[in-house]
Amino acid sequence: MNPAPSNIDVLTTADGVSLKVGLQRSLRKRKRTALLLVAPLFLFILLTFLGPIFDMLLRSVDNKVTQDTLPTTVQLLSEWDDTTGELPDEAIFKAFVIDGKNIGKAINRLGKRLNYERSGMSSLFRKTARTLRKLDPESTGMSYKEAVLGIDKKWHDVDVWRLLKRESGAKTASYYYAAFDAKRDASGLHFKPENQQIYLKLFARTMWLASLITALTVLLGYPIAFLLATLKTRTSNLLMILVLLPFWTSLLVRTSAWIALLQKEGVINDFLVGLNIISDENRLSMIHNQTGTIIAMTHILLPFMILPLFSVMKTIPPSYMRAARSMGATPFTAFRRVYFPNTVAGIGAGGILVFILSIGFYITPALVGGTDGTMISNFIAYHISSSLNWGLAAALGTMLLMLVLALYILYDKVVGIDNMKFG
Amino acid sequence: MSLPLHAETSERIWYYTFRGICTLIFLFLIVPILIIIPLSFNAQPYFTFTPEMLSFDPAGYSTRWYDDFFSSATWQAAVRNSLIIAVFSTIISTFLGTLAALGLSRPDFPYKTAVMGILISPMVVPLIISAAGMFFFYSDFLWLGQMTDGAFKISLSNTHLGVILAHAALATPFVVITVTATLVGFDHSLTRAAASLGASPTRTFFKITVPLITPGVISGALFAFITSFDEVVVVLFVGSVKQRTIPWAMFSGIREEISPTILAVATILITFSVILLFTLEVLRRRNERLRGLSPE
Repeated sequence: MNPAPSNIDVLTTADGVSLKVGLQRSLRKRKRTALLLVAPLFLFILLTFLGPIFDMLLRSVDNKVTQDTLPTTVQLLSEWDDTTGELPDEAIFKAFVIDGKNIGKAINRLGKRLNYERSGMSSLFRKTARTLRKLDPESTGMSYKEAVLGIDKKWHDVDVWRLLKRESGAKTASYYYAAFDAKRDASGLHFKPENQQIYLKLFARTMWLASLITALTVLLGYPIAFLLATLKTRTSNLLMILVLLPFWTSLLVRTSAWIALLQKEGVINDFLVGLNIISDENRLSMIHNQTGTIIAMTHILLPFMILPLFSVMKTIPPSYMRAARSMGATPFTAFRRVYFPNTVAGIGAGGILVFILSIGFYITPALVGGTDGTMISNFIAYHISSSLNWGLAAALGTMLLMLVLALYILYDKVVGIDNMKFG
Repeated sequence: MSLPLHAETSERIWYYTFRGICTLIFLFLIVPILIIIPLSFNAQPYFTFTPEMLSFDPAGYSTRWYDDFFSSATWQAAVRNSLIIAVFSTIISTFLGTLAALGLSRPDFPYKTAVMGILISPMVVPLIISAAGMFFFYSDFLWLGQMTDGAFKISLSNTHLGVILAHAALATPFVVITVTATLVGFDHSLTRAAASLGASPTRTFFKITVPLITPGVISGALFAFITSFDEVVVVLFVGSVKQRTIPWAMFSGIREEISPTILAVATILITFSVILLFTLEVLRRRNERLRGLSPE
């Protein structure tokens, strides 16, 4: 190859800068403009959305309460050998009394925290807090150890001190143990017996309900998408309204509709009793149980299955089926061998979408699910607003988030996030 | 899909069975929504049809639940809150979302997939998780105020501002996606042509880009509005009774005292959905026409 001619003048822009430099400069400027346009939203999402999510992740392992409440005690406990089976020495008891006096009533927060690990801790700490205020061992000539042990006999139990030592780190995994129905005590990690498990069962039930609802939406959505994709555009546009209207109707409107239809004194039961199909005493209970959740959620999520299926089916040329038929395939064989394989991608897209949406459902199960139709989200809400065990709520939330992210990555592989659109 | 003239009997049977199945599924989709409308005119405080209603006796029907809705201070406050929160979060999310979509659809944007993934994450994460995170985050702000003796007092829990920011975050992905979709077929030579004819970048933007993306921006804004207007999980967690919106009032109404007023509200909301659906369809057609694609 000939070397590039070097005697030729370098091309320049009007201002005399070399063209290469000028082009680079202008490209860099354009890139900067593009970044500047995206930056405000990026920062906004970082602050109002990713910040909160990150906060939840931190909170699921946060355990600063022990150090904040009993700073000196925790420090001394870290040097205490808990394998001997002996109670800690006088110095630790002294630190405990001084820390306890300093922190005052706020020690109850620690009691509440330790109560998740061992029942009875909350009342022990409340009792201790009340007594500590008036406690003055030096004037009575008692040792600090005797004074504390005198408050409650639970303080004689070495396991209580072991628990305090074990939970004295700034981070803890115990909320995750609890989320897996396990507990760690002095002898290691124990899973609860099967009949006492709550969260593993709840996760299993959530997955089962989500799979069932996904399967039902495929079953009901496939014929509709097929019909819409093969009808004349004018007719299919009209019928599409029947899919889009539910899609655009408020979730609460649809949930209240199902309550009106399904409840004991509701439309369907009245109708069946009116036709003497069932007697008045044997009204069907279709709501405030799993059936209610399944029916209402299938209805709510069905459009999310129909729309992606429809857009995939729309791209299959009708000539494929005609070709198969002309070569002697029966309608069923033509459908099974030619049409169906072409729609698998659509089923995958709609299926993952419906599954992701349904494992995070909260409102509908809360209103129509009763006790056996509730899902993991309902327990997260319960721990935030009723039991106030925020650490466990955060741990359950983190686990649900990880599950959704995994499915989302799968969705990206199958469909690509860039291809997401609406309407 | 029509039945050919030479169809065999088995094909005919299958054809009508299939149509029958589809009709049933369509009924499943639409009947629950339509049934609310007559039920909301019930004269009795029941969630079902009374014998008077079934015999089309005018005495069985009344508009008392609508009167109840329009005269109840609680419901009217809920309407006001819903509108305030939805309007402001729509403004924020439409502005930020449109800017970002313009940046993202430039051909030389670096790390596009990763950035897009982050920007649309609020849409992917289940609402209960967003709600929990925001609840914790906002309560941390309260704590920050206490620790610094009020020097950093930013209170977001139980304020309209807190709910508006949360809803804006949830709604931006819809704006980003809709506007980006409008810009997919955008011919960048148009802006270059304008520039070569001497238009300043600002003028090019307002004369060329804005008219082309307007339908996308409006439908994005509608998506944002409806996202906020329908949202209940986040507002339940980060708001207080002072921020009670329509969906919240419906949620607690269903839980506590079931009154057909909920059905009247539902009917009004269905009417809104129909208007919204219609508007979006008009915008979609306009967008396709502008971009030279046939609507069929």
